[in-house]
Amino acid sequence: MMTVKELAERLELKILAGEASLDRPVSGGYTGDLLSWVMARLPADAAWLTVMGNINAIAVASLKDAACIVLTDSAPLDDAALEKAQELSFPVLLSEQDSFTLGARMDGLLR
Amino acid sequence: MSNTLSFDYIVPGDDFTRAGEASSDVKHKLKQIGYDSDAIRRVAIAMYEGEINMVIHAGGGKAHVEISPEKIEMTLADNGPGIKDVALAMREGYSTAPDNVRALGFGAGMGLPNMKKSTDAMEIDTAIGTGTTLHMTVYAKR
Ligand SMILES: Nc1ncnc2c1ncn2[C@@H]1O[C@H](COP(=O)(O)OP(=O)(O)OP(=O)(O)O)[C@@H](O)[C@H]1O
Ligand SMILES: [Mg+2]
Repeated sequence: MMTVKELAERLELKILAGEASLDRPVSGGYTGDLLSWVMARLPADAAWLTVMGNINAIAVASLKDAACIVLTDSAPLDDAALEKAQELSFPVLLSEQDSFTLGARMDGLLR
Repeated sequence: MSNTLSFDYIVPGDDFTRAGEASSDVKHKLKQIGYDSDAIRRVAIAMYEGEINMVIHAGGGKAHVEISPEKIEMTLADNGPGIKDVALAMREGYSTAPDNVRALGFGAGMGLPNMKKSTDAMEIDTAIGTGTTLHMTVYAKR
């Protein structure tokens, strides 16, 4: 199975946080920005593509045991979120591409 | 001797940087105990949504959680404004979240429906001007 590290390499993602947890397996993906939709539907071990780079997104992703957050469209990660992600050693990655484009590429890789 | 563990949390109001701490702690404890993973997942969803609702809509509150081998019971109590129309609040998509909170990703109006779906029982006790108490149960095996 692909790891967060391999995913980051293959999709040219910048690693913003959680360097120590990059060996986590990625078994799928999910995309969405409304937190209570994501809370209900984000699968465990998924890469979550979103533009929500705040502390609440980190909380949701970690509660749902996601593999990583991928901020798309170069969305910013705010300071509180960065601090929380480092504290939890939770991987946060960054892409210039939008969620649709990146998601389609990711789907090809994970199949 | 009972084999029930209980935990209490204060959920601070309007502090989004700490929102989710109680849910994370409960999830962590359940994992340590080796609780059923589907039950943990459902507790995490219900507790987080309830905790966030107290932060956003009620100026904070208290959470009391009891864990026994058969079930997990969560009581979330606040002294907020109360819910005028519970049936309406339970509807998917209904939200009174203000714009500043929506900008953070809240306000889809899916929190209460999520809580209902992920628990085996949910009761809401609410009175205008007095507050809201939510009682939720998740069984170890559904
Ligand atoms: N503890 C509470 N005190 C007062 N009102 C509440 C409380 N919890 C929920 N409500 C009311 O019920 C509505 C629906 O709650 P729900 O959690 O479903 O959606 P939301 O919090 O607005 O958005 P979301 O949870 O999707 O981010 C809220 O907008 C609010 O008006
Ligand atoms: Mg809510």
